[in-house]
Amino acid sequence: MRPFAYERAADARSAVAARAAGAADGAGAVYLGGGTNLVDLMRLGVVSPGVLVDVTRLPSDGVEETAGGGLLIGAAMRNSDLAAHPLVRRRYPMLTQAVVAGASGQIRNMATVGGNLLQRTRCSYFQDVTKPCNKRAPGSGCPARNGDHRNLAVIGQSEACVATHPSDMAVPLAALGAVVHIEGPGGARQVPMPGLHRLPGDTPERDTVLEPGDLITAVELPPLPFAARSRYRKVRDRASFAFAVVSVAAALDVEDGMVKDCRIALGGVAHIPWRAERAESALRGSPATEAAFAQAAAEELAQATPLPHNAFKVPLARNVVVRTLLDLVEAS
Amino acid sequence: MTTVAAPYAGTALDRVDGPEKVTGRARYAYEHAPDDLAYAVVVQSTIARGEVRAVDADSVLQLPGIIATIWHENAPRVAPIEDAELTVLQSPRVAYRGQVVAVVVAETIESATEAARLLRVDYQVEPHDVELRADHPGMYRPDHVNPDYATDSELGDPEAALGYAPVVVDATYSTPAQHHNPIEPHATVALWDADGLTLYDSTQSASAVRATIAPLFGLPQERVRVVSPYVGGGFGSKGAPHAQVVLAALAAKQVGRPVKLAATRRQMFAVTGYRTPTVQRVRLGADEDGRLSAIVHEAFEQTATVKEFAEQTTVVTRMMYAAPHRRTSHRLVRLDVPVPTWMRAPGETPGMFALESAMDELAVACGIDPVELRVRNEPTVDPERGLPFSSRNLVACLREGAARFGWAGRDPEPGVRRRGRMLIGTGVASSTYPVYRLPSEATARAEPGGGFTVRIAAADIGTGARTVLTQIAADALGVPPAQVRMEVGDSALPRASVAGGSSGTASWGTAVVRACEALTDALHRRAGDVPPGGLEASVDTAEELRAQRPFSRHAYGAQFAEVGVDVDTGEVRVLRLLGAFAAGRIINPKTARSQFIGGMTMGLSMALFEESVMDVEFGDYLNRDLAQYHVAACADVRDVDAFWIEEEDPDLNPMGSKGIGEIGIVGTAAAVANAVHHATGLRVRDLPIRLDRLIGRAV
Repeated sequence: MRPFAYERAADARSAVAARAAGAADGAGAVYLGGGTNLVDLMRLGVVSPGVLVDVTRLPSDGVEETAGGGLLIGAAMRNSDLAAHPLVRRRYPMLTQAVVAGASGQIRNMATVGGNLLQRTRCSYFQDVTKPCNKRAPGSGCPARNGDHRNLAVIGQSEACVATHPSDMAVPLAALGAVVHIEGPGGARQVPMPGLHRLPGDTPERDTVLEPGDLITAVELPPLPFAARSRYRKVRDRASFAFAVVSVAAALDVEDGMVKDCRIALGGVAHIPWRAERAESALRGSPATEAAFAQAAAEELAQATPLPHNAFKVPLARNVVVRTLLDLVEAS
Repeated sequence: MTTVAAPYAGTALDRVDGPEKVTGRARYAYEHAPDDLAYAVVVQSTIARGEVRAVDADSVLQLPGIIATIWHENAPRVAPIEDAELTVLQSPRVAYRGQVVAVVVAETIESATEAARLLRVDYQVEPHDVELRADHPGMYRPDHVNPDYATDSELGDPEAALGYAPVVVDATYSTPAQHHNPIEPHATVALWDADGLTLYDSTQSASAVRATIAPLFGLPQERVRVVSPYVGGGFGSKGAPHAQVVLAALAAKQVGRPVKLAATRRQMFAVTGYRTPTVQRVRLGADEDGRLSAIVHEAFEQTATVKEFAEQTTVVTRMMYAAPHRRTSHRLVRLDVPVPTWMRAPGETPGMFALESAMDELAVACGIDPVELRVRNEPTVDPERGLPFSSRNLVACLREGAARFGWAGRDPEPGVRRRGRMLIGTGVASSTYPVYRLPSEATARAEPGGGFTVRIAAADIGTGARTVLTQIAADALGVPPAQVRMEVGDSALPRASVAGGSSGTASWGTAVVRACEALTDALHRRAGDVPPGGLEASVDTAEELRAQRPFSRHAYGAQFAEVGVDVDTGEVRVLRLLGAFAAGRIINPKTARSQFIGGMTMGLSMALFEESVMDVEFGDYLNRDLAQYHVAACADVRDVDAFWIEEEDPDLNPMGSKGIGEIGIVGTAAAVANAVHHATGLRVRDLPIRLDRLIGRAV
């Protein structure tokens, strides 16, 4: 059998210390949140850590209001609790919608905010240890490029990796520019979304900019009054319990028929939750019309480089961006 | 034949094993734990074709808790029976990726799992071929198709008739490989003792497992016992024993201890069967009024190199509609793929997707209502066999279904109905399933303390068979069901046919009725006196079945679907499904309804989701879990309803029943696809109807 140690950390400092100690032993130590992805990967043999440092009992498991009208979400907060929180629902409805669009009720009851951000791709090659995968075994190759990639990336992928980030929750966080609070061996720091995740490039084994031992302690949602009218639209192959084929998180600030400000991010299309910055800048100051939305979406998606079996994601993403923005206009 | 008076048949008796199941007292195969139990875990090949050169068994034997590593060089020999899927670990040949090449036995499941992970197997690799194409040069004509139908059929001159026909539909359809995915994985606990071999197994037929496994180990049948009282679904994947049964028995023999072995969900995608993908060309020739002059249905399918399984995809077309000129055929190619098998109405399910889609295309081409088109082509006798139908109420199902669904006044124009951002459409398809009845034995026993025990090695795989047989026995004995104790799921009971082909109730019910009648007679002769040792009567229905009159016997149905297709995304949602069925006497409306709507749900799932994706480079099905192999979730199943038409058919069996286990899935996918066409104007001929098959087109 494959033994591993389990430790439960009481606070962030001791979690970081416990992980460092495990790493020093050469056993390989990782943080354990709800375990809804990590435990599967352990069963599949994709990862085999020697020490699991359980961070679900950390005190950072609630929602605090910040000065200026933002929210600070504890990394150990369960996804279900996040989605149901009245302030989240009122101020950032797209975040609630994204979380409840993910997985199943049972999984959301287990999954934590920090763990959700750090879940791994569901690319079937990554999950099958009998096949090559540059993300799992660097340098072994990427069979997905010529194999099954229907639900993989169309923007920002590399020769080495065409994986997508599977999280729904991360998409509105990227749109909001949420700030990830990190406690690490070198102290505390903050990384704004979408900068937590990274494009695969030549090193697809690294999903994020986190350094070994870094622990996400909280996610700060900046104040953004117009996000009170925001929306998450998820396109999926079945009506529930399926990862996004394409998803869109969008918030729109319209005044006198003109877009004053907007936030748009896409899920299911890239190695990261994809902030649609080109579309956003195209829209700021433009009329809030279908034509303008379509033009903005086209500008964003002009950088797409789809593979033969996922080219459909490009028109799909365009349609969903346009429809989501129109829905926001109609609702206002 | 007369049918028995039936005060309990037709009533919604609650499942007699419900309390056992909901309280966890019902023990499934994996839950049996004899003393001194060891655990086995399989090692699967990581190549699709070649030979095992060496297995580094010694290195894992050093690990703690490892008892044995078994592979072809040290495995106990089994008899070289014809079914090579079962002669496991007997040769170095690898015929498909995922084939079992070794088994590790250990003191715990964790130790065995880890050793199996670490076991190094060296292969000599050969190039593989795993891609089904209709023009594959290896296509051949099998001797027969499952179970024993003629491979091809031809009447008249179909090519000439197609040449003359004013209206011709010529379309090619495809269905993907699909895996059964019963919720209970295949599991076996094997135990050798002085009496022989005992197998606690998850199977659709304890009798068949015994009959297959005994000769493999050179044992007479009475020295093998298969115990399988509860089964968590099978859908055909447990209809015949697969490798895990043999592996468990082999391993237990090798280590001299009881061994438990279960397939994991991921392993099931290689070792417990699946439905072949199909490519089907359908040609229909008709006059302007939609009357068919020619039907040609050709199927192209795959099978494994290890064993042939020929899905009978076009057989259903031989009896469905009238036409003077007709041809059906099946061609197979042997690929380096896992062994396909029976799955949820093999033959009818993929075949009726193609035929019923083509009928819809013909309705559109002729400008005729698709319900009317089917009614217009109703045959008076079985069109190819020339036999009378014992009963055939397809037209009644179509008419009554249409009335309840609200079909009247349907605008045939496609792509014109909007509800918000959804295009709305409706579709219809016929459904049918043959009536099979297989020989079985049963014993009925009057207990000295009162009450009756009825024994038969039937299998209740979640269908409600135990309950329905209780009702049948109660009626035959003329007592309330509470006085009948039904024993099933054990090969030590009187031999019974498989829970497959929707034949269980008809086959076992016949045996149960005859045994109860014989017991009633015996009791009558004794003026009702039950001796201290009880009184028993046993029967075998083989002779009765041989004497049955020739008829074309089938159940029929009509499936109606309403779908919404999102104009922005191509997402298809089935808003409503209604099934109308004519299946003889319905013995238990509660379990029957579950069977019908369960089958329809599987059909919905097939239409929109289910697809095992072949990894051409590596040669395996790569979406090997339920996150990647999508089956319908609850949110996909919104409004599914079924009803049935009263049908008296005296030429079936003592109950007057037809099988209902599989008909619910037949035609459902075509009804959905036809509704998608009505909604969007787009004809999707390749299942599943994924959004990417719509988004790039007109939506």
